[in-house]
Amino acid sequence: MTTDPTTQQAAEIPSELLAEIEEVITHYPVSKRSASLPLLHLWQRQFGFIDDSGVEWIAAKLGLESINILELVTFYPWFRREAAGRTIIRVCRTLACAMAGSYEVREKFCEAAGIDADQDHHGFGHAPPTSHDGKFSVEFVECLASCGSAPVCLINDDLYENVTPDEIPTLVQNFAAIPAQA
Amino acid sequence: MVSLIPQPHAKERRVIFGNISQPNWAPDIDTYLASGGYEALKKALGMKPEDVVGAVKAANLRGRGGAGFPCGVKWSFIKRDDGKPHYIVVNGDESEPGTFKDRYILHNDPHQLVEGLLIAAWANNVNLAYIYIRCEFPHAAKIVWNAIKEAKARGFVGRDICGSGFDCEIYVHQGAGAYICGEETSLLESLEGKRPYPRIKPPYFPAVLGLYMSPTIVNNVETLCHVKHIINLGPEEYAKMGTPGDGGTRTMCVSGDVVKPGYYELPCGAVTLGELIFDLCGGLKPGRKLKAVIPGGSSAKVLRADEVYKVKSKGPDGEMVEKEIKMLDVVMDAASLAAIGTMVGSGGVMVLDDSRSMVWALNNLNQFYAHESCGQCTPCREGSLWMSKMTTRMLAGQGAAQDPATLKNVADNIAGRTVCAFGEACAWPTQSFLAKFPEEFAGAAVPN
Repeated sequence: MTTDPTTQQAAEIPSELLAEIEEVITHYPVSKRSASLPLLHLWQRQFGFIDDSGVEWIAAKLGLESINILELVTFYPWFRREAAGRTIIRVCRTLACAMAGSYEVREKFCEAAGIDADQDHHGFGHAPPTSHDGKFSVEFVECLASCGSAPVCLINDDLYENVTPDEIPTLVQNFAAIPAQA
Repeated sequence: MVSLIPQPHAKERRVIFGNISQPNWAPDIDTYLASGGYEALKKALGMKPEDVVGAVKAANLRGRGGAGFPCGVKWSFIKRDDGKPHYIVVNGDESEPGTFKDRYILHNDPHQLVEGLLIAAWANNVNLAYIYIRCEFPHAAKIVWNAIKEAKARGFVGRDICGSGFDCEIYVHQGAGAYICGEETSLLESLEGKRPYPRIKPPYFPAVLGLYMSPTIVNNVETLCHVKHIINLGPEEYAKMGTPGDGGTRTMCVSGDVVKPGYYELPCGAVTLGELIFDLCGGLKPGRKLKAVIPGGSSAKVLRADEVYKVKSKGPDGEMVEKEIKMLDVVMDAASLAAIGTMVGSGGVMVLDDSRSMVWALNNLNQFYAHESCGQCTPCREGSLWMSKMTTRMLAGQGAAQDPATLKNVADNIAGRTVCAFGEACAWPTQSFLAKFPEEFAGAAVPN
């Protein structure tokens, strides 16, 4: 994976983000290192992914080595070192959802979003398969803990339940209209 | 999310879902206070902390996260006056396939959790607590955060709670997509900002060397909610709802091939598996027959519909007698499910009908475990992936005759050989599917 060396997220930290970072560190009076995950979440929310400058900045902020942060980014499936689509669709893959048709649901999402459903997703910091126009990423995730309303997916922060293949083109269309963030 | 069926079944008893099933229920503090909220906390603050621990012990509350450890016993490992800081970490990393109750509680009744947590904090001399919520529940994290702030504004969280002189701060901490963080020592590593590799026990029992190497209690969301009701009802009344050794109610989450999947809060041991599936959940889809049930989250050993178990129990004269029990007649409590070699676990019941291939179902679970193994221990890291590759190959018609035996061998060499219980969790499905549906695996092992 290549992280674009020209990106310098750490050079563009807005003051609101900095204030949030300072506040969240106070939640961990015993050990600042505990703020690693919260800071990574805030960073990814702001910039869409975590570049080398982000890893280094967070490590320095918490008095850690860069590897202490990088090893989290590469372990946790939620974090990525590349930009994903503006709308991220996470389809639950695990048993109850699979029994209710989640494999077909994922394929339909890929088709509607213009993503090759056979594309491999390696994890380890890579972005999930993303459409060429940058509007969508679609990936399988493991159990989303809503097995009683299978199949389910997360579209950005929202849970969609009892998803049927028929409603997917309309769902995707609704999200395609979201403009790129400045 | 899937909602409670408004009219409870006659066998249900809604304690944890008591608030949520009220009409016009909302998760804000005013609604909660109007429903008797934080009265249990006030009552507990008037009790001696050791009496609160005693009440939870006497209530026979078992942990609702999966392992089923008696909650009061866990608490009694904490020595309140040892001069060390103590912590409580709430496990809201609900990720066990088939389990979806904590999601419902966090979204709809966050103050119930906050109140239970504060009672636990008082009982165990805890001044700092964290609620660890998986990041796939972003709304739940906001709702719980908001509840903590509301409670703080009313004097239930923070300094001098209700004028008692007792202080406790609570913070929400979000995970980042890893199932392993539901394992309690992994969760603590995660909360410390490290790679969440589980710690080895001994010596790292959380009650001795937990968060920041201090005595720590890790409790599941639902478990702490029950604590509030133990204080409200009194331990005897609470325990009476369940069976000896498994007190109170348990929220069962039913999914898969039933007509009415969803949440069912039942006194422990109140129904048999057959009643749960055919009576409460409306049975199977038209024309279908029951094939298998995974009774307590995906890691629990599978049950086959035509199985008959020989179970020993004490007869009326105190003699041990052996009884034959059919699968559908098994009572849904911790002891009864343990007696037939499986577990009530997290209460996630997954039902499979005769349209399902067991090789396909196992492959789905094997892929889950292969994805979620943290990679710390070789048997689990290599074995979970190996098992997944084998079942994938069998499904693709590229199996070999020795595959079932190899699968069993790999599973047998994971269980018991890892730092944490993930080893068992990923071995038990393969072991039990193979043992109970050998004909399907033999059939899939022939190349076509």
